[in-house]
Amino acid sequence: MTTTPDTTASFKREMLSALPSLRAFAMSLIGRHDRADDLVQDTIMKAWAKQDHFEMGTNMKAWLFTILRNELYSQMRKRGREVQDSDGFFTESLAQHPSQYGSLDLQDFRKALESLPSDQREAIILVGASGFSYEEAAEICGCALGTIKSRVNRARQRLQDILKINGEGDYGPDATSAPLTSRAFVS
Amino acid sequence: MSYDTGTQRADANASSADDTNAQIASKLRALYLSVQEEAIPDRFLDLLEKLDAAERQSSDCSQE
Repeated sequence: MTTTPDTTASFKREMLSALPSLRAFAMSLIGRHDRADDLVQDTIMKAWAKQDHFEMGTNMKAWLFTILRNELYSQMRKRGREVQDSDGFFTESLAQHPSQYGSLDLQDFRKALESLPSDQREAIILVGASGFSYEEAAEICGCALGTIKSRVNRARQRLQDILKINGEGDYGPDATSAPLTSRAFVS
Repeated sequence: MSYDTGTQRADANASSADDTNAQIASKLRALYLSVQEEAIPDRFLDLLEKLDAAERQSSDCSQE
């Protein structure tokens, strides 16, 4: 792609429209607003520098998610850290953004999500929340389709186990959203 | 309860797994949406403006 004012404008526009979801992805991977937004910023700069490689009309969101994910893992390798510093994550982020995590119920769920291995967590987020197909998720994670499917299944199984232990019978199904959202898991 | 036969229990277990899956799906969406629905922070809008301006400036220079 040759960079002209027109293509730059539409590149920028598409990037803006993908940003809310990109932030949500970063936040669900990292768990902290400050570090998630730093990662989004790095991703924007990387993507801007690479805009010649982006083909207009292809999936900007998937492209940005791939860059963000690669950036995160390369930063982690450099720093020798796990994706999340789980210690203190809840205390800190809940203190900073008490309203951001919704009901107590949702906080419990977040804790369960945090406890998943990072490969399973990103798989279930991409497919179950970001709205990607299994194929797109496999491409973003650079792995085989079967690998993504099995990660999603293991993540779902593990969440089921945790939620069953924590709240046997506590959760009433959400009649309006459950039938819609559960479709995300049909493989 | 007299009507709680083994078959019914098995059915109940299967549907409770379905319920749990539906709950997982809707909670996952809810959590994600709680961030996605936030306004885009100014730092990103500013950053994009700066990147854009820098690029326009450099292409203006190269055209002269």
